[in-house]
Amino acid sequence: MIYADNAATTKMSRKAIEAMLPYMEEVWGNPSSLYVFGQKAKDALDNARERVAACLGASAGGIYFTSGGSEADNQAILSAAKEGARKGKKHIISTAFEHHAVLHTLEKLKREGFDIELLDVHENGIVSAEQVAKAIRDDTALVTIMFANNEIGSVQPIEEIGAVCRERKVLFHTDAVQAAGHIPIDVQKQNIDMLSLSGHKFHGPKGVGVLYARKGIPLTNVIEGGAQERGKRGGTENVPAIMGMTAALEDACAHIHENTEKILKLRKRLVEGLRKIPHSVQNGDGEHFLPGTISFCFEGIEGESLLLLLDDKGICASSGSACTSGSLDPSHVLLAIGRPHEVAHGSLRLSIGENNTEEDVDQILRAVPEVVDYLRGISPLWKDKFVGKREFLLPE
Amino acid sequence: MALYSEKVMDHFRNPRNVGSIENADGVGEVGNAKCGDIMKIYLKIDDDVVSDVKFETFGCGSAIASSSMATELIKGKPVSEVLTLTNKAVTEALDGLPAHKLHCSVLAEEAIQAAIEDYRSKQGRREGFDDDRRKKTRQRNSPVDCFAEGLIQWFLKHDYAVEGRRRRGRE
Repeated sequence: MIYADNAATTKMSRKAIEAMLPYMEEVWGNPSSLYVFGQKAKDALDNARERVAACLGASAGGIYFTSGGSEADNQAILSAAKEGARKGKKHIISTAFEHHAVLHTLEKLKREGFDIELLDVHENGIVSAEQVAKAIRDDTALVTIMFANNEIGSVQPIEEIGAVCRERKVLFHTDAVQAAGHIPIDVQKQNIDMLSLSGHKFHGPKGVGVLYARKGIPLTNVIEGGAQERGKRGGTENVPAIMGMTAALEDACAHIHENTEKILKLRKRLVEGLRKIPHSVQNGDGEHFLPGTISFCFEGIEGESLLLLLDDKGICASSGSACTSGSLDPSHVLLAIGRPHEVAHGSLRLSIGENNTEEDVDQILRAVPEVVDYLRGISPLWKDKFVGKREFLLPE
Repeated sequence: MALYSEKVMDHFRNPRNVGSIENADGVGEVGNAKCGDIMKIYLKIDDDVVSDVKFETFGCGSAIASSSMATELIKGKPVSEVLTLTNKAVTEALDGLPAHKLHCSVLAEEAIQAAIEDYRSKQGRREGFDDDRRKKTRQRNSPVDCFAEGLIQWFLKHDYAVEGRRRRGRE
């Protein structure tokens, strides 16, 4: 099997698994318990908090463990909204191509009377600091913009956006689920007030994540309960998962440059090969991108059938077609960067990691053109374009 | 469990009757590019019997499998029988489709009805036609924001069997 869907989830690393085992087999006490056995788990948790903080250039006091990126996004946004509302500020700035954990939370706030402004992300999938500066008003409570896009991999000018927000004294949250462990993060240097990440995107376990919130930002609980996470997130901490995630994040951050170098080499060949397919277009920015995320649209075909046939050839990939989402509209990300519906239906996302090999690239480059050709061969849409009855939307 | 039944995957991987027929006696095309699926059916008809049928489909796995199965179901059948083909029959022959994919079988039914209508109109004959049914197809053929198809999906999902309503309408 060739796994090329690392933006969906990653294989757990041996290091992460081994970091978890002692907290299932030996130190399995409740960190909230008074006795020494429980306090050992508490010590582990404190240690993990320090190490995660170090990876993000943050202080341990700003790290809150959650059930994942979605919960962290929800909590960050709802907290900022509540604080904003208290001061009469109900304007929130974001982008049209955020993850649904952000977009759906914003929709909820909109129904509650918040004014949600989604900035244009342009064809390359990048929003500029100038756009943010222009959009900020006196009643802006929050700017929330993702670090890197999950479908097309474009990386936002986070440091500049953060600087604008800081200057205008507006809270800035970034969903860094795709970025963490893959591109360097430093919340101090990058002027980030709040940040979300998820353990399973960098070879850690699923069901665990982090919300970073700068000291002094009042958090609203999403989960009420005990005094865990300094009273901001009820529920006994998932100590094994937290330990696994911490080990994985440390490992990813320690090898970020060598992994990037390796992935970029594979990426270069993949992109060059896929570009040869006529009437296709690459999505994302040519300069600011996640090394492993590659997105293409192929005209005249539909993404789900493409994925199923690639699966038959042992290749795991992803698409933003309507049929893979279970809705009638193709991916909101591809629509946000201006791809017409028809083109967006024929999308393919390959997300590679340091575990992929040159042979994987060879096989993908053999399989994708073959499958695209086959599907175009049975597509009446392609045929109409080919004989000139319909116009091609993408150049040859 | 896999997303699709073995039958669907078989017809998707090895679609029957793919291609086109030159000088076909009837051609039907439904769906639109914006919604992500287009089906085109070509019929060869001798003595009011479907002697050959081919299809071309732009769409997802279940759209391709539905077209393939539908062509199998009508091959060698008299036109009068082909007119009674329903999306339900296509779905059942495929051992079922996920709820959000049922509209693929509706498209297959409509593509075949459209091809037969084309054949009949070429012949100047219209008996056996349900004009309401074709009217619906035509609406869905225009790219009205996929809204009509969305409605169909909603009905299918909410168990308002389209077929049931059609039958009741006819009786």
